[in-house]
Amino acid sequence: MRTIRTTEITEQIKEMCIEANYFLAPDMKQAIEDAASAEETKIGRHILGKLCENMKIAGDDGIPVCQDTGMAVIFMDIGQDVHFEGGDLESAINEGVRRGYREGYLRKSVVGDPLIRENTKDNTPAVIHYQIVPGDRVKITVAPKGFGSENMSRVFMLKPADGMEGVKQAVLAAVKEAGPNACPPMVVGVGIGGTFEKCAILAKKALTRPVQEFSELPYIREMEQELLEKINQTGIGPGGLGGNATALAVHIDTYPTHIAGLPVAVNICCHVNRHAMRVV
Amino acid sequence: MEKYIQAPLDEETIKDLRAGDFVYITGTIYTARDAAHKRMSEALVAGGALPIELRNNIIYYMGPSPAREGRAIGSAGPTTSGRMDRYTPALLDIGLKGMIGKGKRSGEVKEAMVRNGCVYFAAIGGAGALLSKAIKKSEVIAYEDLGTEAVRRLEVKDFPVIVVMDADGNDLYERAAE
Repeated sequence: MRTIRTTEITEQIKEMCIEANYFLAPDMKQAIEDAASAEETKIGRHILGKLCENMKIAGDDGIPVCQDTGMAVIFMDIGQDVHFEGGDLESAINEGVRRGYREGYLRKSVVGDPLIRENTKDNTPAVIHYQIVPGDRVKITVAPKGFGSENMSRVFMLKPADGMEGVKQAVLAAVKEAGPNACPPMVVGVGIGGTFEKCAILAKKALTRPVQEFSELPYIREMEQELLEKINQTGIGPGGLGGNATALAVHIDTYPTHIAGLPVAVNICCHVNRHAMRVV
Repeated sequence: MEKYIQAPLDEETIKDLRAGDFVYITGTIYTARDAAHKRMSEALVAGGALPIELRNNIIYYMGPSPAREGRAIGSAGPTTSGRMDRYTPALLDIGLKGMIGKGKRSGEVKEAMVRNGCVYFAAIGGAGALLSKAIKKSEVIAYEDLGTEAVRRLEVKDFPVIVVMDADGNDLYERAAE
């Protein structure tokens, strides 16, 4: 049994909210730079060049990469031999978000009730996904999610007969519909299998995988590569203004499902695909 | 084509703008996004006054991150315009001439744009740090309780945008998708 103070969790989350919003992870930065040198259209090169400039200004001048600093999505992979002390964990996580968004000059984009719509003014609550895992560590992933791309995400409850072809069509349909709204070049997270909610969480978590790290399953890896190629042939391009770089990566994760179903979730993220990870 | 223009807009300037032009805007523009549009729309329906004069002006669909001390504004890139579509034709019909955002617009908005001779610009989505550099002054002028969604008056210098839809209804996004 290992004891972790919840104040430690608060401090880590605070720092990670700030870090994720000012500095894109090296894999994302590299992917955007690579796309800029590979882009064939003039307007596409122009926009990708500006995105590189934007990342530099954000880091150098202390301005968030994007003004939509997101709703804080947090994955807590908690070792089963961990004991938390010093107050309840969920409050500690939200306190970290509260402090991070205040001290980091991040935008408060959360309304307390989806219909009454009053801003909570501190960006809480976060959306938290807990998982109990072996060990005595806690792996924290903070992924602030912007809603330009979140709004273009989709869940499809396909039939088993739709098969792999049906999944590909669903992903392409979601990406085409998203077009310029989702701030391409995008990262596309896909969850296949499980249940209605499970596939959506798989898709969300797939976005936190380092860009262009492919699936370990050969047929999924093939599908990731094929979809990336097809998405980049749509012509949507950077900013939706035409070009090759419509997506930087497609990440697919799968889970066993029911004999009657083939759930597919497509979680689209813009080029500001933020994720910070730490192990406590 | 690269063009340098002034805001508020005038008819001559708008006529000269074509879908695909790279435009740099200098002057005064206003911000409003979802919640502010809802309030303005309710004010119009109730026959009340709007907090800003729309005639010949440009609305930037944007809610900034907070400014650090000594800075005009925080990160300040465009939000998705389509969410404002329901409210937009009524604003164009009473004189709004330009909009800055990102993403597709509805058929109703396009019709109202052509009817009234208006222009829709895209700023680069997700480039909020870069775009903040072109904003020299920012002041909340209405709906302060809405936080980032309040209406702001911005003074901009060479604010970089691209014409997506011109007053003749040409649409750069449609061309890109072809």
